[in-house]
Amino acid sequence: MFRAATLSEVFPTTVMDAGALRFVLTRIRSRTGPVLWVQDRLSRKEAGHPYLPELSLLRVDVTRAVDVLRAMEDGLRCKGLSAVIGEIWGNPCALDFTATKRLAMRSESGDIPCWLIRRAASPDLSAARERWRVTSLPSAPHPDDPAAPGDPCWRVELFRSRYARPGEWVASYDSAADRVDFSAPFRDGALAKGEGARERRAAG
Amino acid sequence: MKERANDAPPDDMPVVLATEGPHGPVIHAANRAARIAGIAAGARVVDMRAVCPDLRVEYADVAGDRVALGRLVLWARRWCPWTAADGADGMVLDTTGSDHLLGGEASMLDEMETRLSQLGLSAKLAIAPTWGAAWALARYGPVRAICGADEISAQLAPLPVSALRLSGETVLLLRRLGLKTIGALTDVPRLPLTRRFARSGLQDNPVLRLDQAMGRLGEPISSAEAAPRFQVHRPLPEPIADPTPYLPDLCRDLCAQLAGAGFGCRRLHLTVYRTDGEISTVGVATSAPSRDADHLLRLFDDKLERIDPGFGFDQITLEAGTVEKIDIVQTRLDGEADEDLHLTRLVDRLTARFGSRSVTRPVWRESHVPERAESWSSALADVRTLPRPTPKERPIRLLHPPEEVRVFYAVPEGPPAQFVWRRQTLRVARYAGPERIAPEWWQDRPGTRLRDYFKIEVQSGQRFWLYREGLHGDGRGGDPRWFVHGMFA
Repeated sequence: MFRAATLSEVFPTTVMDAGALRFVLTRIRSRTGPVLWVQDRLSRKEAGHPYLPELSLLRVDVTRAVDVLRAMEDGLRCKGLSAVIGEIWGNPCALDFTATKRLAMRSESGDIPCWLIRRAASPDLSAARERWRVTSLPSAPHPDDPAAPGDPCWRVELFRSRYARPGEWVASYDSAADRVDFSAPFRDGALAKGEGARERRAAG
Repeated sequence: MKERANDAPPDDMPVVLATEGPHGPVIHAANRAARIAGIAAGARVVDMRAVCPDLRVEYADVAGDRVALGRLVLWARRWCPWTAADGADGMVLDTTGSDHLLGGEASMLDEMETRLSQLGLSAKLAIAPTWGAAWALARYGPVRAICGADEISAQLAPLPVSALRLSGETVLLLRRLGLKTIGALTDVPRLPLTRRFARSGLQDNPVLRLDQAMGRLGEPISSAEAAPRFQVHRPLPEPIADPTPYLPDLCRDLCAQLAGAGFGCRRLHLTVYRTDGEISTVGVATSAPSRDADHLLRLFDDKLERIDPGFGFDQITLEAGTVEKIDIVQTRLDGEADEDLHLTRLVDRLTARFGSRSVTRPVWRESHVPERAESWSSALADVRTLPRPTPKERPIRLLHPPEEVRVFYAVPEGPPAQFVWRRQTLRVARYAGPERIAPEWWQDRPGTRLRDYFKIEVQSGQRFWLYREGLHGDGRGGDPRWFVHGMFA
C-alpha cells in the first residue's frame, strides 16, 4: 500500500497536537542512520522541539521556510540519512508546487523518505505523493489505571495519494510494540455517502 | 626557567593562586609580596589569611597553564631546535651549538629574559652542561648562572639537596642524615649510599639524581613535534575584488599539500590582503578531517560575500587551521563512497550555510530534569552519547521554555480540572501522575521549587505534559504555578 521513499505531507489539525509526529516516526522506522530534522522558527516556538532519546537526530534550526527547503534538499542528496523531516509553518510563498516537486523527485531518486509537517497550513497545491491529516482522539483505556490515558489513538485521513485509495481510519498506536494498527474506518452515514466523491477528488 | 602567572594587581599587593585540596583551598603559587609576608606554596588558604589579612586569593587555572606552557615551548624554538616542558612550571632548551648565533651564552640569556618579560613572564634562567645542573642552578643558584663543563661540581656544591629534583620525603631523610648540601652528599662514600637507596626510584634516589646532574648518567631531551602548517599563497598581478576564480586552484594546491603529508584539515581560513593594508578573513570548519578539494570549495559557497574587498586585494592565502592525520581506508569493495563520509559532508555543508549553532546533535546527560538531560551541541563536534533509558514515559515534543498556564479548580494534590493555555480553555479528561522531579541541589540555585509532572489528556484528545512548580506553603514563593512542558503523541 505504501511506497518506502517519497515526499509525504502531514497536516496536524491543531498546532499543539503531537500525534502526527509519532505517526510520521512509525512510518520511517525501518531504516538505520540519523534523521535530519529541520524546523523553521515559528514551528519551534509554537510546537517545541523533538525530544526523542531513541532516535539519532541531526537537527537544523533555521528561520525562514526557504532555508528549511534548502536544508532538506541538501539532506536528500546524502546517502547516510534514514529520513528527512521538515516542519514548515503556514503557507509560505517559498513552498510552492515547484519546491515540493523538487523535494519529491530528490526523495525518490535518493531513496530517502521525506516528510513535511505542515502546521497552521491549508492543503494548497503540492506535489507531495501522499497527504495525511492526523487528529488526536481520546486514547485507549490504560490497562492498569482507569483514570490515566493509555495508548494514543488518532483519526488518520489520507486525503490525497498517488498510490492508494484515500480513506479515513482510526489508528491506535501500540507503544509496547511500536506499531500502528489501522482499525475500523468510520462507518457513519455521511462519510459512507461521500466516499465516491472523495475517490474522484483523489484521482484528479 | 620558571614561569609565573602574570597578575594585573600591583607588585606590593600579596596575591596567591589557590587550588582545591582535600581540606579546603591550598596555595598553588604566591607572588613576591606574598612570599615576603611568609606565605609558601602548599599551605592552606585559611591559615595564610590569618598570617596576612589583606591577602588576595585567585583560583589557579592549572590546565590552562599547562596548555600555555605547551605553546611557550613551541615559541621557544626561536632559540634552539630542541625544547621541552619540564614539570608544570619549567622549560628545558638544548642550546648546544646555537648560542653563537646570539653572540654567546651570556647575551643569549639576556635576550631570552628580555623576550620573556615582553610576554609578561618573569623567568629564572641558567645554562649548564646537564639538565639536572641547569634545573638546580635556575631555581637555587645565582641570577643567570652559566656553568662550564668542568665546574659543575663546584657550582652545585653549595646548593641544598632539594636542588636535585628529589621528592619531599627523600629531602627530609637526607636532612635528617645531616646531608644538607649537594657538596656534603658528594663527600659521602658512594658504596653505602648506593646500597641505602638501591631499591628507590629515580625520584627518591639521590645517587642517580647526582649522576644525572654531574653528567655521568645520560638524560636526553625529547622534544615534541610541532603541528605542521599548510598554506597556499597566491600573489596577484593587480588588485581584484572577487576571489572566486582563484579559489578552485587554491583548494586544489592545498589539498595536494595535505595529501602529500597524509593530513586532512578541520578548519580552513581564506585571507585576503587588501591594498590599503587591511586583512579580511573568512573561515569554514569540517566535522571530519578532509582533503577533498571539491568538498572544501563548496563550503565557501555563500561565505565569499562576507569578505570585505575594500579597494581590492592583491594577495590571497588559503591556510589549513587545524589539521589531523587521516589514513586512506577502503570500506567497500564496490567503489561507492561510504555513508559516514556522506554524513560528515552534509554536516559540513549545513554548518557552512547556517552556522554551527543551527546544526546540532543531542547530547544526553544523567539528569532527571528533562531539559537538563538533553543538550544540543554543534554537530561539528561529533560527541556521541547514548541516552539513558528512562523508566517513565516522556513526551515527544518539549517546549523551550515551558509555557505558563492559568488553571481552574486546582486541588492541592492532583492536576487542575481545567486550564487556559494560549487563550484556549482545555478541560482535563484523564490524567496520570504525579511524577515528582526534585531540584538538583548540586547545581540549582537555592530556592528552586520542585516539580510535579502530570500526563493529562484533554477532552478533545490531545495529551500534554503539565507540571506544577512548587507546593502550597513550601516557603519558596507564593502559590504554585502551572506550566505546559511538552506534548505526548
